[in-house]
Order: sequence, then C-alpha cells, then structure tokens
Amino acid sequence: MSEPSSSSPRSKALPPFNAAEAGIFFFRRGHPGWLGMRYHDHGEDWVQLELPWREDLLGDPRSNVLASGPIISLMDMASGMSIWQKTTVFTPVVTLDLRVDYQRPARERASVFGRVECYRTTKSAAFVRGVAHDGDRDDPVAHVAGVFMKINYDPRQKGIANG
Amino acid sequence: MVEPSQETLLPAYARSLGISVDGIENGLPVLTVDFGANVEGRPGFFHGGATAGLLENAGYAALRTALLDEGRDPVLKPINITVQYLSAGKPKTTYALARITRLGRRNANLTVEAWQDERERPIASAVMNILMT
Repeated sequence: MSEPSSSSPRSKALPPFNAAEAGIFFFRRGHPGWLGMRYHDHGEDWVQLELPWREDLLGDPRSNVLASGPIISLMDMASGMSIWQKTTVFTPVVTLDLRVDYQRPARERASVFGRVECYRTTKSAAFVRGVAHDGDRDDPVAHVAGVFMKINYDPRQKGIANG
Repeated sequence: MVEPSQETLLPAYARSLGISVDGIENGLPVLTVDFGANVEGRPGFFHGGATAGLLENAGYAALRTALLDEGRDPVLKPINITVQYLSAGKPKTTYALARITRLGRRNANLTVEAWQDERERPIASAVMNILMT
C-alpha cells in the first residue's frame, strides 16, 4: 500500500486544507457523524469543534452529564483537524498517544467544545494540546495532549506507507 | 448486593455505541463492539475515539463489577485516561478487558487492552485513574 506523500503532485494540486469545508464531509458519516459533531471555528494552527448534548451519550445514569468517551472522540477529531489546518495538507495521520485529564463534569444539557492546537510537527509526527470546555475556555472541562504519526512517512524509506 | 448486568455495567453512551458484555473472565467483564458506521473513522478503520470509548467502558465495567463484589456502589468520576494506539483497528469485532491495578478507597488505577483476532496483539491500551465518591 502506498499513499501519496505531502510532496506528491496530487496533493500539490489540492487546495489548502480548510477545517470549515472539510467538516462538511467529515461529520456527515462514520463515528463523528454518529456523535453529531459539528465544526465551530478555526485559526492557523487550531480547530474548535462542538459536540451537542444528547441523552443517549450520557455516562453515569445518576447525572445528566455527557460520558467522557464522546469527549475523547471530540478531542481526537479536533486534534487531527488541527494538524491538517497547520500543515495545510490532508495527510493521513493516526493517533499514537492521547491523554485526557478531566477537571470537572460538563454542565447538564450543555454542548462540549473541543479546541485543539497543533503546536509542532516534524517529518513523521505531530504534537497537539487543547481543552474541552462548555462555553468558557478559561474554565475547561478537560485538558488533552497527544502525539500523532503521519502514516505515509517511513523514516527508513521515504514515501512508503507503513500504516 | 446488586448483580452486574448490561444495565448496571454499561451507560447509555456505551449501549448506544453498540457495546455489550461478551462474557466474564477472572470475574471481570469482557466488552465487545462490532464494526459499523457508528465506530468508523478513516474509511474501513475504527475511529480512535470509538476505540477509546470501548477501552474506557471496559475500565468502568470492571471497576463497577469489583466494587459490587465488595458491596460498594459509589459514583465513578474520571480523573484521567491515556490511550496508546498500537495498530489500526480493522473492520472486525473488537474486545476489551481491564485489569484493576489498584483499588483503593477513593481512587482506582486500571490498565485496559483492546484486541481483535489475536489477544496477544492488542490494537490499543489505556491507563485510567477513576475517582470514587
């Protein structure tokens, strides 16, 4: 299996990645679509997504708070999109390691927003950090940190897929 | 004592995602989820978030089972989770089972593994700290 590298003619022909436009396709299907994720905002190296409250996404039955699992999904998706936003190229990436520290439960019936920044990329890896919040970024629900790998980069043999 | 069941072990989110209890191993539940559109990320592969959801639910279900065995029924709150992705989640049924590394009075530490065909080749693992109040 070989996928086009970021320097291939095909990806050069593509317009730069735009989280707002890509979101239209990403959130139509699959796990993010099932969760009901939405694009919210982005900057040069960050993306913010929204996960609306939904009864069938609750965790502990004794509270009306979103389970932590969907929040991991939200942050994972925002992470990937922040990498593409920063590098401007939609290169396949896989999550290597993702850590979530929960500060407090999200408010009942509140949307959770996931804002993730890609603060560093290398040839093979991308590093992200961000917060999940329910309206106020300065009062986060959770902090996340993660490392992603570009799956079309094999340091032994440039440009050959090993994902 | 409350008997562990799908209802007591799996929250709405887990059942909605299609997670169920596959069996009990060494007293702890093995959870499973089939591949389908609701867990798909990159076409033909599990979404990292869905895999994390399975790992996390296996952690909570194991801890809940162990606590019920001791006659305890606290509210469980997440402190943190670190997920390691070891290989791509293929479009196959996936399983997860936790090990309770430490069960204290206020918090518990768990390690969880998820696998597909080969138990010895997990596709992801997680370390979780859970607060009990």
